[in-house]
Amino acid sequence: MKKLLSIFAVVAFAFSANAGTLDDVKNRGFLKCGVTTGLAGFAAPDDSGEWAGLDADMCRAVAVAVFGDRSKVEFITTTGKSRFPTLASGEVDMLARNTTWTISRDVNLGFEFVGVNFYDGQGFMVPSALGVSSATELDGATVCIQTGTTTELNLADFFRLNGISYEALPIETNDEGKENLFAGRCDVYTTDASGLSSTRAAASNPDKWVVLPEIISKEPLGPLVRHGDHQWGDVVRWSLNAMIIAEELGITSENVDAQTSSNVPEVLRLLGVEGNYGEMLELSNDWAYQIIKQIGNYSESYEANVGPDTPLEIARGLNALWTQGGILYAPPFR
Amino acid sequence: MNEINEVRKPPVATTGIIGWLRINLFFNWTNSLITLFVIYCLYQFIPWILDWTIFSADFKYNYLGEQITNQEMCSRNLDPENGGACWAVIYVRFYQFIYGFYPKVEVWRVNLAYVMLAFALLPLLYAKLPYRKYFLYFTYIFPVIAYFLLNGGLGFTEVSTNKWGGLLVTLVLGCTGIALAFPIGIMLALGRRSKLPVISMMCTLFIEFIRGVPLITLLFFGMVMLPLFLPEGIDMDGLVRVLVAVTLFQSAYMAEVIRGGLQAIPPGQYEAAKSLGMSYWRMNLLIILPQAIRISIPPIVNTSIGLFKDTTLVIIVGILDLLGIGRGTLADTNWLGLSYEIYFFVSLVFFIFTFGMSRYSLYLEKKLKTGINMGAE
Repeated sequence: MKKLLSIFAVVAFAFSANAGTLDDVKNRGFLKCGVTTGLAGFAAPDDSGEWAGLDADMCRAVAVAVFGDRSKVEFITTTGKSRFPTLASGEVDMLARNTTWTISRDVNLGFEFVGVNFYDGQGFMVPSALGVSSATELDGATVCIQTGTTTELNLADFFRLNGISYEALPIETNDEGKENLFAGRCDVYTTDASGLSSTRAAASNPDKWVVLPEIISKEPLGPLVRHGDHQWGDVVRWSLNAMIIAEELGITSENVDAQTSSNVPEVLRLLGVEGNYGEMLELSNDWAYQIIKQIGNYSESYEANVGPDTPLEIARGLNALWTQGGILYAPPFR
Repeated sequence: MNEINEVRKPPVATTGIIGWLRINLFFNWTNSLITLFVIYCLYQFIPWILDWTIFSADFKYNYLGEQITNQEMCSRNLDPENGGACWAVIYVRFYQFIYGFYPKVEVWRVNLAYVMLAFALLPLLYAKLPYRKYFLYFTYIFPVIAYFLLNGGLGFTEVSTNKWGGLLVTLVLGCTGIALAFPIGIMLALGRRSKLPVISMMCTLFIEFIRGVPLITLLFFGMVMLPLFLPEGIDMDGLVRVLVAVTLFQSAYMAEVIRGGLQAIPPGQYEAAKSLGMSYWRMNLLIILPQAIRISIPPIVNTSIGLFKDTTLVIIVGILDLLGIGRGTLADTNWLGLSYEIYFFVSLVFFIFTFGMSRYSLYLEKKLKTGINMGAE
């Protein structure tokens, strides 16, 4: 299957590599962005039919960078299976779809991950009544686990490393895992930490469930584009970086206008007051200003969609800035 | 004339309600036991389901009288003792369930298409309709009208199919799939039984290939591979690609159903038609197919219902049908955890359509008296 996919990628590449994606997008008048069919906090339609979430904001940020208008984006829903062919065939310009950056996807499938907009990792959720505070105390537990995923392998590794045993209860979907855990058919449910948070938020009494501190795998999720179109890759990469740098510099959607008269050189460069970085990207010079004005910085997007004040209650953790104990780090804007 | 015995009524225990109960529900002791058990189960279940779905449910306001805008405001989440279903999620999202992301200013077009669909179906479903002939003309041109109405063109603003969703997608896929698959299926069935080896082999190959792969595979084929076969520059719409896959799938099944009907027609019918000097097409159109389709009604409706429900598979290629919109709603942090309400609503809508289809087929069978053994009459 993977081989087949990479063949598609190559064929699609041959068709699409000549014309720059940025020019295509500009000529079309809107961005086509691949998102999930619905994942709490990352991309889901709200009551008025608008897509909202961390990934949806990523799409909008790129649309703003290119057009200066957050509404110039068409969301194409993709599933775990259809996302790569959809991107490879040129049906979408980019994916912001909770996709883990791995070497095979980056290299073999012919895509380019331009950054990470959420550091996720596999975690465990247990009923608080179980009185467990660490995953190493889970000896002999029944674990609900999605079959055929990397989580299954990670789980086996983790328990073997710690010399403890478990019994697996195979499930197919997230919903199934939720129902089994809530019904008490398994003691532990394991999947990506963000998924656990949304499962917990969906419980009738979230306080009865607790997500354990151990994170046993690396799942860097980020936007990706097709291989070979570096100009377009740069646009998407720096749209993400602009949001992260804005947080670093303390620029928010509210104070961005005041910041244009700041005396910090990097702020002025980012907001397009000084330098011609927009021109280098073949965008308007105020592209980053518009992103911050219309979408906000990374922290604003995070807090609005997945942060502690949302039902998901995901703490910043790894996703905090490198200056604040996390690993979120963007190259300097100069 | 007293010899004539007075007409005595049959025993009470064999007629009326009591008789019906005795014969159907309490015929012998196992029968009675099962009846009592079922009554007990219903007694346990029905009050609970009525309470959950209606009496204790929130429709728009919770028990405090506030309008519900997220799941935390549902009565059952505010106070687990106090409240059943939280239908507010359906109320708030109703537009999305019915039209998907169709722009609000243009939605009258979808509504008009829904109404026109009803009018287009009328002459097909009800033979005694006055002026049926004129209605039928409308039915024939309806697909064209619907295309321009929903998609745009001819002065209408274009609404890309990416914005379609919910019931709209379910109906478009279901209706188009069923309507197109029927004639294609007939041609394939006739082709498979043809005496010309090339035609027969091609039809057999097609049918067996399509029946041999799951619908999901075909959907992926349509979504991923079809664009690669098309010349550069021709961009095929995602929904159209799915429609092609669904139609191919359904027509293969329809072909086999109709072939079953064709094989049930006694050879005498063919011979009689031929002896009257009828051509192949006249024989099939006038003699064979009307009978074959008549006896195939139950399986035709069966596969049609199957297809209607299979349309939910399009979610795996990223098209949000009724079920997809439901899942999308569940992923909104405002409505997390309301899966019972959403799945209940979606199944109810599907039930209404499929039950309607199956009742209609019963009516047709009765009208056409398909129960009679035709050959031996």
